[in-house]
Amino acid sequence: MVKKIIFLIFIFIIVIALQKILTKYGIEFYLTQIIMSIYYTICILGLCLLMGYAGQISLGQAGFFAIGGYTSAVLTTLNLMPYFQQNNKFILFLIKLNAAAFREDMFGEKILTITPFAAFCFAIIFSAIIAFLIGIPVLKLKGHYLAMATLGVGIIIYRIVLGTQIFGCADGIYDLPEFKLFANLAISGSSKLRVQNYYIAIVILSIILILLYNLINSRIGRALRAIHTSEDAAEALGINTARYKLYVFVISAIIAAIAGCLLTHFNGGISPAEASIMKSVKYVAIVAVGGMANFYGVMFMGIILQFLSLRGYFGSFDDLIFGAILVAMMLFSSEGLFNIFKLRKKYE
Amino acid sequence: MNNLLEIKNLTKSFGGLIAVNNVSFVVREGIIKSIIGPNGAGKTTLFNLISGFYKSDDGEIIFKNQKINKLKPFQIAKKKIIRTFQNIKLFSNMTVLENIMTGLHLSGKSGFIASMFKFPNSLIEEKKIKKKSFEILEKFNLTKVANENVSNLPFGQQRIIELARAYSSEPELLLLDEPAAGLNIYETMELAEIIKQINNNKTTILLVEHDMALVMKISNEIVVLNSGQKIAEDIPEKIQKNPEVIKIYLGEENA
Repeated sequence: MVKKIIFLIFIFIIVIALQKILTKYGIEFYLTQIIMSIYYTICILGLCLLMGYAGQISLGQAGFFAIGGYTSAVLTTLNLMPYFQQNNKFILFLIKLNAAAFREDMFGEKILTITPFAAFCFAIIFSAIIAFLIGIPVLKLKGHYLAMATLGVGIIIYRIVLGTQIFGCADGIYDLPEFKLFANLAISGSSKLRVQNYYIAIVILSIILILLYNLINSRIGRALRAIHTSEDAAEALGINTARYKLYVFVISAIIAAIAGCLLTHFNGGISPAEASIMKSVKYVAIVAVGGMANFYGVMFMGIILQFLSLRGYFGSFDDLIFGAILVAMMLFSSEGLFNIFKLRKKYE
Repeated sequence: MNNLLEIKNLTKSFGGLIAVNNVSFVVREGIIKSIIGPNGAGKTTLFNLISGFYKSDDGEIIFKNQKINKLKPFQIAKKKIIRTFQNIKLFSNMTVLENIMTGLHLSGKSGFIASMFKFPNSLIEEKKIKKKSFEILEKFNLTKVANENVSNLPFGQQRIIELARAYSSEPELLLLDEPAAGLNIYETMELAEIIKQINNNKTTILLVEHDMALVMKISNEIVVLNSGQKIAEDIPEKIQKNPEVIKIYLGEENA
């Protein structure tokens, strides 16, 4: 317990010190990529739950990230003005609920769009429904076949956003409004709000991490880990494996959608690249290098690797690096980087 | 004594091979019943049918006057029929304590949301599960290794842990699939004591086993299978003298 508290205080100090140092030396712009990598890491934590703990591989995580991002992007940019002028009752109802509001677009024109919060809620529900419907048939598969099926789902989602007018085809969607939270807080990429966005991202990451941590250390978490090692034994102890696999798939999709939605607001836009297969592979590689069933490991590796990748340190070798990481992890340490130290301890 | 489990004309074939052929028998409440027979006699298939891992082609499985043929394995487990596996299937990524706690899955109710947000009733439930697990560990002499990872423990102990995990689900009918496989003679005798102890607590046990010493020592009744068919069903003393059984185990006298 004392160890835990010291560890948390240590992390807390690092988080604050990082921001202070970056601000002091005038390189605060690094925070932008840190914030982005935090949102990506949230998405990866969802995959960590699904793949690392419950043992169900998914190569479609970027697809659900994109579903979350695109849903809120479409809703918050679609101009409802024409319907409003026709006195459409549903639109009036939405305005009454505060689910739609007037704002100015990038050309200074007055438009009526769904509010970010309403879009956020809708994105979560929508991604959950999609994951549920996809999960029912797909999760009957195991191992390689499950990987191939989810890969297929990922490709389908990528092709849909790439080829559909309403999703902006290859351009994606831009000009999203800022996501106002409470008080003066808002998720937005504007450089004035950079520091507060850093802390917002950290808080959201912490909340997700705590929820996942609680889940995994509970009755349900044990059932999920049991499914990972032996589905037969889990079933023989009365665990409804089919249902649990479906639920954990939906939860991981919801987490991806939350991350997608928030990052889209932070970036002010989204492009089809977010749904691409290489993104999914990258997420899988990071879960592997973080140690599979290890939220902390995956979180640290996620933030560090995504940051390096976003800053462009890997250059045009980006995909190659992540591919190499994945292969290397599978070959030399299928339990992740952090477990190398653990292993050494065991055999000393 | 009531009939806990009734098997009626049960048949299962894989392609052309009839693994279980028209088998019927009854397991009365509170006894230890063993199923023996040479390799390929259909013992494990029979177990997989009872526990729902296979679906029968024909016949009925009746547990406490309810047909359970069509149920999925987890639904059968919910009816308190718990099985172990021939090749130990422990959760190797967990400690001994966690394995037992997973065995207590059915005694809990909290779902995904309650667990994520740590609702008070889920915390109370978790405490109860932990307390119960320690009682079971105590009973099976596993307290010392509670926080060990199961994959680091010797084989014999892993068997006991699997048994303890099955026991923690509070089975009314416990199906043990070759629990003595791979154990040495001392471990087997220890196992016999444990099985007897579990049975003392009014748990009915159905046992598939090759170790005849163990079977004869603890069983109240024995069913003999050969090539999917029931050859004999009797008390151990009579099975030992049954000419048919001797024939399938040792061959004919003038063969």
